[in-house]
Amino acid sequence: METIDAIMAEHPFFKGLDPSVLKIVGGCGSNVRINAGEYLFHEGDEADRFYAVRHGMVALEIYVPQREQVTIQTVGAGDLIGWSWLFPPHVYEFSARAIEMVRATSFDGACLRRKCDEDTAMGYELMKRLAQVISQRLGATRLQLLDIYGPAVHTK
Amino acid sequence: MVSPNSKVTLERDRLQVLLDAIRVEGFRILGPTVRDEAIVYDDVSRVEDLPIGWTDEQEAGRYRLCKRSDQEVFGFISGPHSPKQFLFLPQEIIWKVVREGNGFRFVDTPRTCAPLAFFGVRSCDLRAIDIQDKVFMPVDPRYRARREKTLIVAVQCGLAGKTCFCASMGTGPRATGNFDLALTEIFEKPRHYFLVELGTERGADIMEHVPHLGATASDLEKAEAATRRALSQMGRTMETSDVKDLLYRNYEHPQWDDVAKRCLTCANCTLVCPTCFCGTLKDTTDLSGDQSERWRQWDSCFNLEHSYLHGGNIRPSPKARYRQWMTHKLATWQDQFGTSGCVGCGRCITWCPVGIDITAEVRAIRDSENRHGND
Amino acid sequence: MDPLCIQSDPDLTPRLFRVIRHQRELHDTVTLELESGEGSPLYFCAGQFNMLYVFGIGEVPISISGSPHEPGPLVHTIRSAGAVTQAISGLKRGQTLGVRGPFGQGWPLEAATGQDLVIIAGGIGLAPLRPAVRQVIAYRERYGKVSLLVGARTPDDLLYPAELKEWRSRFDLQVHITVDSAGADWRSHVGVVTMLISKAEFEAGETVAMICGPEVMMRFCVMELRKRGVAAENTYVSMERNMKCAVGYCGHCQIGPKFVCKDGPVFPLTHLEPFFSMRGV
Repeated sequence: METIDAIMAEHPFFKGLDPSVLKIVGGCGSNVRINAGEYLFHEGDEADRFYAVRHGMVALEIYVPQREQVTIQTVGAGDLIGWSWLFPPHVYEFSARAIEMVRATSFDGACLRRKCDEDTAMGYELMKRLAQVISQRLGATRLQLLDIYGPAVHTK
Repeated sequence: MVSPNSKVTLERDRLQVLLDAIRVEGFRILGPTVRDEAIVYDDVSRVEDLPIGWTDEQEAGRYRLCKRSDQEVFGFISGPHSPKQFLFLPQEIIWKVVREGNGFRFVDTPRTCAPLAFFGVRSCDLRAIDIQDKVFMPVDPRYRARREKTLIVAVQCGLAGKTCFCASMGTGPRATGNFDLALTEIFEKPRHYFLVELGTERGADIMEHVPHLGATASDLEKAEAATRRALSQMGRTMETSDVKDLLYRNYEHPQWDDVAKRCLTCANCTLVCPTCFCGTLKDTTDLSGDQSERWRQWDSCFNLEHSYLHGGNIRPSPKARYRQWMTHKLATWQDQFGTSGCVGCGRCITWCPVGIDITAEVRAIRDSENRHGND
Repeated sequence: MDPLCIQSDPDLTPRLFRVIRHQRELHDTVTLELESGEGSPLYFCAGQFNMLYVFGIGEVPISISGSPHEPGPLVHTIRSAGAVTQAISGLKRGQTLGVRGPFGQGWPLEAATGQDLVIIAGGIGLAPLRPAVRQVIAYRERYGKVSLLVGARTPDDLLYPAELKEWRSRFDLQVHITVDSAGADWRSHVGVVTMLISKAEFEAGETVAMICGPEVMMRFCVMELRKRGVAAENTYVSMERNMKCAVGYCGHCQIGPKFVCKDGPVFPLTHLEPFFSMRGV
């Protein structure tokens, strides 16, 4: 059976990282399988983990009264879920539900924070990659915000 | 016996015979007349209808009709009108449609009218007709029908105004073709006459019925002198060799913000311009709701709704609209139709209420580039 | 046989067509099937449009949404956005519409022979692309890998859902659908349509992209495709501007030197730059 760091090396987020770094980060990780319909975490839960999805689609949901759970984004193989483990108050701002069976590598946030504090060079590498993911997600969200398919707005 | 491409002379007191010879062929003659303190195009049947002894003083945002000290017939520049309004009508019916049963039926609208003769067309306006031909001839049957029967008697300019820049645009002051007859007025007391250039068979046929004399070398020299005089008086200039590329690479130039502070988007320039061709289509119904007509009317890119697209306007700001007008006129028109859209008649400069000068705007953009070394 | 790409004679008054089918697609969108008075079909290329005339109200440009390679009724999908489209949407079976057209340049299905295709449709943009997809399927052997990426506001705003389902079931077509937001019963992507480009399989150097949707969406798709290495001359967009005459003499539909009615509405990006990315032009 493949070691965690070998599996991680194939994931786009970790691709290119030094094998020694992969080993350290892998030390905080474990492989998980989530069945279709089950939640990886709920909005408001303590954000102690982040997930590198290897297979399957996950719906990111926000609860809106009268609309129940609204899916605002789906992510899949090769994507990352969750960065609230980085910053206090470490609370998930959305729920994550497996639409189909999902295989992911789940990382202990507190463990990773500790290792990043110890090895700041490694921490910087991870931070750079995370920043890129967050930036891409932000760009996509901005486009969604424009509601481009919405009804035509008549100017006065 | 006169033939096309030859030249003859016509005495001033025989000018009426020329007008009559044209009218007898069934033409409706349109020429310059004085009305409302300006020289405007209107029906002309007698020589006295023409602006004899009148001239105009033009500058940016200024037009004044003044009396001349002599009785020259064509001693003026140009008024707010051009032949455009008789070929590309300000309002024209496109179709009539009536309700019938569960649907409707289109009714034929007649396209005939008396053939037009333009009397006194200057070189700039002649070129403008050429330019509009390229826009309308391939696609507008009504324009085609009017244009194919049009007779043109051009007038070679012997003077130029302060807003004229046809020389820069390569459209004058001398008309070199596309006319049936071209007159150059020569007034050297006591003789007052016209050099007449015969441009076509039709022009030659008409001159057959008008008493004329041969043209001498001296007559030709006097006509050339008139052209030289016009050239020397040219009020404005525009460097045109690279104007297309200059404007294409300066869509974000701060000069557009500058002119936007002055421009009222009143659309005067587009109304007086002899080449502007924007038109809008309007469908109307009568009170019974059983008959509908579609009309085409002049429009202007300065109108806010010109660029309306469900939800808003593509060009909401005066800056965007002025930029559209000027870049179309001088740059994109070349890629669309193979010529510049501007003939240098200067009307847009004269009739702009705030005196915006298209030649100055181009100069401002070019000069700033030269200063910054094309940054 | 390849359909003919002709332009209508600019001189003609509209042909009379009768509504033979009226189908509501979405709360603000209907599809009409039309038959001409004299019975002769209207030949068109995928991507072309007609000017639809409602008695006494006016005309609008609407792209043709049927199958170019098969004779049949004229099909138009209309979204209500103003007086004329509202009136068209209200027409019932048996009522009459005026049709002028077809006009414009269509999708480059000839030129794209031998290439991979990436077809991206946003919202009502699927209407002008449907003829292209149908024609590609009819002549499937001419093309390499074909991906269809569709974006809409919510699952309830997807156009032609039955046909989309049929296309999804084909083995020779990659179909990815995304919406801006959805409820719990939506099992496909949620997110902006540019996201789907990374999921499509194509060889960038041998790809023709055809995009239709809101201009802002097309702009971002173009950027994403460029990042993937698809050349500007192989990226086609369908543009919209205020249109009146449809034959290039009223001056309204210009984008820089191009007239959307006769030089477009479909353009390779190279014909539109630099104006495509400019503001207020």
